[in-house]
Amino acid sequence: MRSEPVVQLTSVVKRYGSKTAVDGLDLEAAAGITAVLGPNGAGKTTTIETCEGYRKPDAGTVRVLGLDPVGQAAELRPRIGVMLQSGGVYSGARADEMLRHVAKLHAHPLDVDALIERLGLGSCGRTTYRRLSGGQQQRLALALAVVGRPELVFLDEPTAGLDPQARRATWDLVRELRADGVSVILTTHHMDEAEQLADDVAIIDAGRVIAQGSPEQLCKGGAENTLRFSGRPGLDIASLLKALPMDTQAAELTPGSYRVTGTVDPQLLATVTTWCAQHGVMPDRISVERHTLEDVFLELTGKELRG
Amino acid sequence: MSTGTYSPKPGAAPMGRMITAQALFETKMLLRNGEQLLLTVVIPSLLLVLFSSVDIIDTGSGKSVDFLAPGILALAVMSTAFTGQAISTGFERRYGVLKRLGTSPLPRWALMTAKTLSVLVIEVLQIALLTAIAFALGWSPQGNPFAVVLLLILGTAAFSGLGLLMAGTLKAEATLAAANLVFLLLLVGGGVIVPLDKFPDAAQNVLGLLPISALSDGLRDVLQHGAGMPWGNLAILAVWAVLGLGAAARFFRWE
Repeated sequence: MRSEPVVQLTSVVKRYGSKTAVDGLDLEAAAGITAVLGPNGAGKTTTIETCEGYRKPDAGTVRVLGLDPVGQAAELRPRIGVMLQSGGVYSGARADEMLRHVAKLHAHPLDVDALIERLGLGSCGRTTYRRLSGGQQQRLALALAVVGRPELVFLDEPTAGLDPQARRATWDLVRELRADGVSVILTTHHMDEAEQLADDVAIIDAGRVIAQGSPEQLCKGGAENTLRFSGRPGLDIASLLKALPMDTQAAELTPGSYRVTGTVDPQLLATVTTWCAQHGVMPDRISVERHTLEDVFLELTGKELRG
Repeated sequence: MSTGTYSPKPGAAPMGRMITAQALFETKMLLRNGEQLLLTVVIPSLLLVLFSSVDIIDTGSGKSVDFLAPGILALAVMSTAFTGQAISTGFERRYGVLKRLGTSPLPRWALMTAKTLSVLVIEVLQIALLTAIAFALGWSPQGNPFAVVLLLILGTAAFSGLGLLMAGTLKAEATLAAANLVFLLLLVGGGVIVPLDKFPDAAQNVLGLLPISALSDGLRDVLQHGAGMPWGNLAILAVWAVLGLGAAARFFRWE
């Protein structure tokens, strides 16, 4: 059974003066984690801010948890959590004070002390917001988004500028949210973030969704995947091809160095190793080059993601 | 944290609790800010003590504290409702605090209500302190306390409108500079410590229409001269309040 979409945008248009930031965008996000992926200037933030009620679309309809974010803001606001890209905190407030204050605006907030502990904000002590490190400010922004126990959380570039360890800690928290039934919409321009976290990925370019699906689905289409291995030179390629599925190709690139291209899945790997075993070949240095989201993106847009 | 910690359980706190929490938090932030305290507490107190005890300005017949105390009370209202509120709100806008609170359960009208409550709390503290200092300097106020309260409230409304208009339309740095400059100009030209009759007649007519002059003159009429309701000054403040709050409501940008 497919549940109601948490976010539904239909033919949404948003212009700033003569610049069209969002250009007839359709997007449906189901419960779970949805990543909105795209290069800088693709319209990610505008799309998210339309869902949050900050921007009124020039055309099209937006529904978040079934509500209009502008017209039914009072009803929607308590049910969502928002992490802004930066700022949002009184410059003279300490991290714990700000978190406690926002908790007071909610009926059933999380335990603030436990959240501070969980996000490693305890060490901030008496430091005011403006003197926190970038990573600490980022973690506080995340805490502010979840403290009210929302059903749906919007995270705008949640790990931008974080070191690898802090990124992983943020990913862990996002996964915990999902496990506890909180839906997450996040924007990112990190492919690995989308691949690691998302159930569903929407690729945005020039204000439109140009592809959507699970990371696996997106990676299956387009360019082929590759499996390479080394063995004794002069293996019988024709025999190998007979064992492989129809659409697969195989070649000996240099003596003893083989390449198989096609749909690389566990079955294909097993077929290749089984064939090698039957022919008394010890395949060395087996490597699999799977098609990544990065490749998909490059094919769809002709652009590098960051640039 | 164990499984289920984050299970959704959304809901806004009751409106009264949200507004109280917001007002207390904003008051705490203002009282912690050194520059704000300089403006709202230190400068009015120093001016009151200095000009009451040293005969620098000719304040007419009678004790100088009787002339100065009403003007300093007007200055205190301006420093908090206008200058302080413009600067703090301008930076809250700049730092995305207003944006952040825009997706919290606290509605915008409730945020503005909380800001007003916070301004009133600070004013009560200022007036208590300045009144105590004035009494120590031999102040003998007269008149109708109800007229004084009405003047202070209308003055607060007029200055809040202008402060929020500035905070909601200009850049935070421009607001900081302009709010301080206006504070200084109105301190000198608004009948706070310098009687308006020291200025040329033509200038007096214009200066008399400023909200600070209407407030200081009205307070002085009541507290120094025991006048009844200063209707003229109340009317000037009411017009500023309507214009300022109306323009702020129309032009205020939250981001």
